[in-house]
Amino acid sequence: MHRILRKRVLGPNLVELEVEAPLVAAKAKPGQFLIVRLHEKGERIPLTLADWDAQAGTVTLVVQMIGKTTYQLGQEYHVGDAICDVVGPLGNPSEIRHFGTVVCVGGGVGIAPIFPIARALQEAGNHVIGVVGARTKDLLFWLDRMERVCHELYVTTDDGSFGRKGVVTEPLRDILSARRVDHIWAIGPAIMMKFAALTAQEFGVPITVSLNPIMVDGTGMCGACRVEVAGQTRFGCVDGPEFPGELVNWDLLLARLSAYKEEERCALEQYLAVKGSRL
Amino acid sequence: MIRPTQVPMREQDPKERIHNFEEVPFGYSPEEAIAEAERCLQCKRAPCIAGCPVQINIPKFIREIREGNFRAAITTIKETNNLPAICGRVCPQETQCQANCTLGKKYEPVAIGRLERFVADWEYANGVEIPVVSDPSGFRVAVVGSGPAGLTCAADLRRLGHEVTIFEALHEPGGVLMYGIPEFRLPKRIVRAEIENLLKMGVELRLNVVVGRTITIDELFHQGYHAVFVGSGAGLPKFLGIPGENLIGIYSANEFLTRVNLMRGYLFPQYDTPVKVGQVVAVVGGGNVAMDAARTALRLGAQRVVVIYRRTEAEMPARREEIHHAKEEGVEFQFLVNPVRFIGDQGKVAGVECIRMVLGEPDESGRRRPIPVPDSNFVVPADTVIVAIGNDPHPLVPRTTPGLQTTPRGTVVADEEGRTTREGVFAGGDIVTGAATVISAMGAGKRAARAIHEYLCARYGKKEG
Repeated sequence: MHRILRKRVLGPNLVELEVEAPLVAAKAKPGQFLIVRLHEKGERIPLTLADWDAQAGTVTLVVQMIGKTTYQLGQEYHVGDAICDVVGPLGNPSEIRHFGTVVCVGGGVGIAPIFPIARALQEAGNHVIGVVGARTKDLLFWLDRMERVCHELYVTTDDGSFGRKGVVTEPLRDILSARRVDHIWAIGPAIMMKFAALTAQEFGVPITVSLNPIMVDGTGMCGACRVEVAGQTRFGCVDGPEFPGELVNWDLLLARLSAYKEEERCALEQYLAVKGSRL
Repeated sequence: MIRPTQVPMREQDPKERIHNFEEVPFGYSPEEAIAEAERCLQCKRAPCIAGCPVQINIPKFIREIREGNFRAAITTIKETNNLPAICGRVCPQETQCQANCTLGKKYEPVAIGRLERFVADWEYANGVEIPVVSDPSGFRVAVVGSGPAGLTCAADLRRLGHEVTIFEALHEPGGVLMYGIPEFRLPKRIVRAEIENLLKMGVELRLNVVVGRTITIDELFHQGYHAVFVGSGAGLPKFLGIPGENLIGIYSANEFLTRVNLMRGYLFPQYDTPVKVGQVVAVVGGGNVAMDAARTALRLGAQRVVVIYRRTEAEMPARREEIHHAKEEGVEFQFLVNPVRFIGDQGKVAGVECIRMVLGEPDESGRRRPIPVPDSNFVVPADTVIVAIGNDPHPLVPRTTPGLQTTPRGTVVADEEGRTTREGVFAGGDIVTGAATVISAMGAGKRAARAIHEYLCARYGKKEG
């Protein structure tokens, strides 16, 4: 069992949790993810590592409440409560080395996993440019953390309520037009990563994205998480989650993400009908 | 006078059972078991034992059943087999012990598997005796994976007095016994009970630890383990490598069965993991896993389930009993047919384009090689496809263990006793052989346990605990 030690509401339907998981914290590296199962009847969901503290034996997760499980975690699990299973760290860590100038793009809840990557890149001596965005001001978070690890930080909101009005690919395009960039990381909704990859490709800059396919076991056994990269079937959980963005078949990823849309909707509706939305 | 045919085992009616996940056969009553045991010729030479991967003293336990000494019968089996309730259900006896049965030359062989199952179930009903554990040896052994190989290896090592910790990646122990084999063929309460017994013997179990990620083999040695057994089993599913294989509605058998068995997807939304089955399900493959997937799909409400297999029924690797059960339940079979591409409709699978095959010369497996018939393409309409053509070995331990040699297929190189190319590391089961049976993994776990014991005694001398 994994106790929740700290919980903070970051915005509407957006929570940050610090969870006891000493084995995971001891081994965690930027770019890796966890599988979480809340309770005996729960599903196994992948959550990207947002931060960790090896000494305290804790991991930090940022969760956007979008389906039944994330709603349940966000509004029913409080400090002192325990999560049934936390498994990890899973997936391959990000390739961290000295590239030169790098851009780290985080969209929506993707700001959380881009943070430790930006931090590691900064520690590796890179000039780190951060680009983060959300739909609206209330959904932005961790700007202070990002500021600490980025030499420059650009912020966007779709509605213009904070920072530049628009989406993250716009500042990305401006940066790429203005100067030499050696590598890009982009984490966020699949559609955002797709357009970040297209933008990077236009300028011929390599881009790493972190794919979020549906997973069941997450440990290299079931094959639910298959994605197509460079025309080959690859497995998100053991070959990824990071892949070269320019080689990803985005339309296939987007289609496969919708495979259980009806069931997800039905589960959430039933849940909300009983428990309501409390955040 | 010897009864020429086996005492039949009563089963759930096929029309009933396709609507539930309850076990199909009911098992023998004591009277039926004794009647079947009376068919055994008690051959001095006991060819059946040679057919058993764990060398159960078969004539002896059958004699004990015949005499009504069920406790003695189960004790005999447990001298060499820790998981009889499981083996009695899922072993391919017809190609092992029963294939060698002298009676089988003239009549039906003795139903050894059913008798094994009977005494194992009898023991559950009448109280399980936990095996005696030797005095502490002072040695610690890590077992990676809690499938049939790991469970067997752990039990044998524990009996010899070693301190054993099993590391399991998933949230429930049992490996393929839990996530792979469906409830109607192997009730999960049986797997749980076997694991309970192991814990009562003092084996430690650590769930949610992915060896190769959460901890490496090197780190296990640093933590003071004297030897490691790798039984990490099957890994990523194989796909056909044909166009359309990632369309929505195409599952690997691993994913489909894991959603149902481990995650209880058939109870969605009470359980949170959904599993989706359409009207017409095509299952590609001819092994036990394909039969499990086909029969599971029927139970989830599919109107029609079609198994697509590229050779004929005679070459199917599945057990006859499973094929028979599948047919009784209404599963259809298309033999000498191979998929060439999946047809999609708005991102979802709508059919499987297949080509007809004929059998040519035997290949390296000894089975006749299927050859495509030109211009014989046709479409099997299906809104769900389950690909059950096997798995690659699990990649994480080989990728993260320096000095552990693998074959080009990705299996760990190990000798008959499970010794790998790395000192102190032993391996067995699917990670060494590629996809095989529960009992062969158990046999490998058993041989490795013996080899680990010998290694520890030779390497460190006898320690006092």
